[in-house]
Amino acid sequence: MVHDLYQEIILDHSKRPRNCHPMEDANRKAEGFNPLCGDKLKLYLKMENDVVKDVSFVGSGCAISTASASLMTESMKGKTRAEALQVMEKFHDLLTTDSPVTQELGKLVVFCGVRDYPARVKCATLAWHTLKSALNGAVEEPVSTE
Amino acid sequence: MSTLTSVIPAGFDVEKIREDFPVLKQKIHGKPLVYLDNAATSQKPQSVIDAIVKFYTVDCANIHRGVHELSQRSTAAYEETRAKAKRFLNARHKSEIIFVRGTTEGINLVAHSWGRGNIREGDEIVIAGLEHHSNIVPWQMLCEAKGAKLRVIPIDESGELILEEYEKLLGPRTRMVAIGHVSNALGTINPVRKIVEMAHRAGAVTLVDGAQAVPHMKVDVQALDADFYTFSGHKVFGPTGIGVLYGKSKLLNAMPPYQGGGDMIRTVTFEKTTYNDLPYKFEAGTPDIAGGIGLGAALDYVTHIGMDKIAAYEHELLLYGTEALARIPGLRIIGTAREKAAVLSFVIEGIHPHDIGTVLDRQGIAVRTGHHCAQPVMDRYQVPATTRASLAFYNTTSEIDALADGLHKVKEIFS
Repeated sequence: MVHDLYQEIILDHSKRPRNCHPMEDANRKAEGFNPLCGDKLKLYLKMENDVVKDVSFVGSGCAISTASASLMTESMKGKTRAEALQVMEKFHDLLTTDSPVTQELGKLVVFCGVRDYPARVKCATLAWHTLKSALNGAVEEPVSTE
Repeated sequence: MSTLTSVIPAGFDVEKIREDFPVLKQKIHGKPLVYLDNAATSQKPQSVIDAIVKFYTVDCANIHRGVHELSQRSTAAYEETRAKAKRFLNARHKSEIIFVRGTTEGINLVAHSWGRGNIREGDEIVIAGLEHHSNIVPWQMLCEAKGAKLRVIPIDESGELILEEYEKLLGPRTRMVAIGHVSNALGTINPVRKIVEMAHRAGAVTLVDGAQAVPHMKVDVQALDADFYTFSGHKVFGPTGIGVLYGKSKLLNAMPPYQGGGDMIRTVTFEKTTYNDLPYKFEAGTPDIAGGIGLGAALDYVTHIGMDKIAAYEHELLLYGTEALARIPGLRIIGTAREKAAVLSFVIEGIHPHDIGTVLDRQGIAVRTGHHCAQPVMDRYQVPATTRASLAFYNTTSEIDALADGLHKVKEIFS
């Protein structure tokens, strides 16, 4: 049922997103855009010696995209670039494949319901695409989910 | 609410009509399908499905070619649709009906073929702030190629065109006024007759995008005096891949062909090709024959019910729906024009349309969420997207009740 998608923790993070603010001393920034629904997201990243020191975002989006951005920022702090990219890949598999749900994703497993809603995968991945482009360096053009 | 039954047109039996649409009999996620996405595409009655099946089962052949029996049958059936479309739009001549893939291709045909010879640097093309992208982008491309200018008629808060501003936009450089008859995003019915008259007074040619009008009301191109009028088959209960462009003979005759190929020629040598007469000049290549035949069945279907009855019934549905949605706290209807087709576009405070759409879908209710290919309209109201319930004559008041119940559920989840 629809509650498998909108689990409590997702509703909580969509209503009270964590790390949802601009970051003045960010050393990387990126913008994400989902042209299908018009959702926009700005991501701020502070890297120190290849480690995610801090990450935050601002933007408007649906419950899935906001909660995904919020939970992503929580899960990324303290990770190396390589570790972050690894989580990203596992998260993507969680949304798009039938692979068994692994607990190593921690709280992020609440998004496993999205795999039954293919039209919503892009909502859940917007923040992650944007983080990836920030991790990969300076970005001039906003990244798009298309 | 109970007054509704008294104003439903005589002889309009919605339950009987629903029997004609096999798709409506199914359940989605265990709930009866409530299909409220008719502005995106409409469902097809059995007669349309049967016409297509019959063509492929016993009549399949290419048209305007062989002398054999099947080719004659397919040609006759396809050309019969042209005659039906002529009557449906009240065109003067059958040859003014050009088959295209849909409204988008109809507009592109005019932008390319008419635009090539008639738009020069510094000329102006007028569209409205309500347009679907398909009535913006082809003109933008034409303007870019020719150094012409695109002017936009603004809309007011209710979603109506501001005609005083339109008047000011018209001038000696106005060559084309291209206007949507009914807005897909808001449902506004534009005063097309008046808009055309004003354009003509300024010496401009007019194109009317009828994609959202033709399924809901009687359209008479002679009464509107539109120079071009175009619509899509799939929005008027016919198949996808086929549509109609109507144009006045005088204009069409003066225009160069749109695409080259078979069927649009009279003679071909390597030195010179002479073109076929209307309408074939604009119909290069094998068309969607089955689609054309299916469209004929669709036009028969709605004509049999009666466009006036359809319009009257849908108007009652719109009033019922507007009232039902107005009772939902925090809901704001976007688009409140006085003249409106049965489109209910809305936002709910604090809840994103995509979340609304997903929760409704799980209750079997199909609505559209997003910008409806009308991003400038969304910008006008400063919303990224809306949820849109767009109705057809097979929808019922109990389906609108289901929508309202569904929205209460949405509010429960996200409150």
